[in-house]
Amino acid sequence: MSMIPGLERPAPVPNEQTKPFWEACNQGRLVLQNCTACQRLHYPPAQKCDKCGAADKFVWKEVQGKGHIDVYFVIRDSRIRGFRSAQPINFAVITLDEDPGINFLSNLPGTPPGKVPTGAPVELIFEKTNTGQMLPEWRVAS
Amino acid sequence: MAETNWMRNKEGMGLWEHRGKVAVVGWGQSHMDRRWDGVTMDRSCGGLTKEACLKAIADAGLSPDDIDGLITSADTRAEQTWAPRPYFAPPYDTEDGITKCSAEWIQKQLGLPNVKYLKSDAPYIGPMMGLAAQAVGEGKCKTALVWYPMVNLEGRYGHNNPQNNKNEAPGPNAFTLPWGYQSGAMFNNLVVFQQYCKKYGKSHDGLAPLCINLRRNGLRTPWSYYSLYEPYLITREDYLSARVIEEPLVIHDCDRPVNTCAAFIFTTADRAKDLQQKPVYVLNHAQNGGKGRSSMATLDEHQQACASMARKMEQGSGLNIKEIDIFNPYDGYLTFTQQFLEGFQWHGVKWGEAHDFYADDIRVEGPHPFMSSGGNNGTGRTRACLFSDSIEQLRGTAGARQVKVRAETAIAGCNTPDNCGFMTFSKSPN
Repeated sequence: MSMIPGLERPAPVPNEQTKPFWEACNQGRLVLQNCTACQRLHYPPAQKCDKCGAADKFVWKEVQGKGHIDVYFVIRDSRIRGFRSAQPINFAVITLDEDPGINFLSNLPGTPPGKVPTGAPVELIFEKTNTGQMLPEWRVAS
Repeated sequence: MAETNWMRNKEGMGLWEHRGKVAVVGWGQSHMDRRWDGVTMDRSCGGLTKEACLKAIADAGLSPDDIDGLITSADTRAEQTWAPRPYFAPPYDTEDGITKCSAEWIQKQLGLPNVKYLKSDAPYIGPMMGLAAQAVGEGKCKTALVWYPMVNLEGRYGHNNPQNNKNEAPGPNAFTLPWGYQSGAMFNNLVVFQQYCKKYGKSHDGLAPLCINLRRNGLRTPWSYYSLYEPYLITREDYLSARVIEEPLVIHDCDRPVNTCAAFIFTTADRAKDLQQKPVYVLNHAQNGGKGRSSMATLDEHQQACASMARKMEQGSGLNIKEIDIFNPYDGYLTFTQQFLEGFQWHGVKWGEAHDFYADDIRVEGPHPFMSSGGNNGTGRTRACLFSDSIEQLRGTAGARQVKVRAETAIAGCNTPDNCGFMTFSKSPN
């Protein structure tokens, strides 16, 4: 379950396209689609490369997941049921060090709401959701 | 998937082939409520749509027999259907008429005998207006009745959306909902706004003058939500102390969902000459449809999208943005309106300068009457007010909102930087 008190995240449901991503999360690994034609990472998973258009050149590539906090705001009045019991809660955008054009969402477990060190380095962790599916999260690097 | 081959969504397409050959000759606005009460049928989506359509036809000096095209969108933001609650006696016995209002429904209810073109799956209003102009230009119909209802039912907005109340997040939502992301317009544009503030050293309070002036303009619109129900100005202190939604976004940054409908009449320039209103000619329409590279579109991507839209509008209309008198881009959340202002460089506003511009004189009486409509923020979320104000300003019938500067050309558009449709209007077809 989440390290954030009261948070009941909707659990991701893998489909045929996204199954490798979510299975890797369950193994504690972060994998992204990489277009071998133009060496471009994609996240979230896509049907085809947004640069060269190739649909059959994707391979799953593991990344370290190290990143930095770009910007954030604080959710105080969520429309999502599972978040209303946890608000206020951080909502941050994390850029991937290996390719800053790739960004992830994070609630920054362990960082008090509104006390976010913008620009700070973060490290990848995984949190379990109510179905057992793991998802990627980030916390400020110690 | 709806057709998109009519769109002008690429740069380099040149002048619009129907430039100046299509005109708006009528428009009508229904009554506006905060929500439908669930029992008053003439205040339902269908009832309000009938009211708006009849007003538009009358405004143009036409009769129902003159209408040969019907165009609308199912994007009414109803959030959820009426079911499983009971329906009503015909014609309110399905969703059609309650949470949307199709071309077929209006044709039947208004008894329009000569309709040959019906389109009920147009996109949201920005591109829908372009589709309408294109349909008349291509001769699919000669006189099109075009309407855009906004529906707001009981309950807190967004809280009734089924996707927000499930324990699981399938499909694309698997990459958004688990972290609390609930809508692109609110969340992604707030992310972009934070990136904007970081890049240019700005802060949220820089939006206060825009919000205050939008309310002021909205109060100069007799049918607006605020004229009808909350007829008072807001102050900077009101804005800064308002209820926080997603910090720093406050309630006054969000347009207010309402239950209403607006309708417009598009016809050929030839037909327009003989009608009772001064024609407002369409010189161009263009669309943006894209997404960012990754989870969240970035400031850079939104700036590129807005600058591209500005170039498309210039290329298609043959007018330089410096020649545009009235500018009404979307303001559903105040956090993204500045991207349009700066992307178009209207009145010379460059990247990072919007908040300074807002703090200058943007009143309708002043030299920079930005968003003379009052926008959705000052009027209620009709989205159509951006277009109706542009038309009224060019006609010279905007009343207390009438600008004091020249009003011969206008640009209006909706929705967000990465997904929007814009239209250039002119008093002259040339």
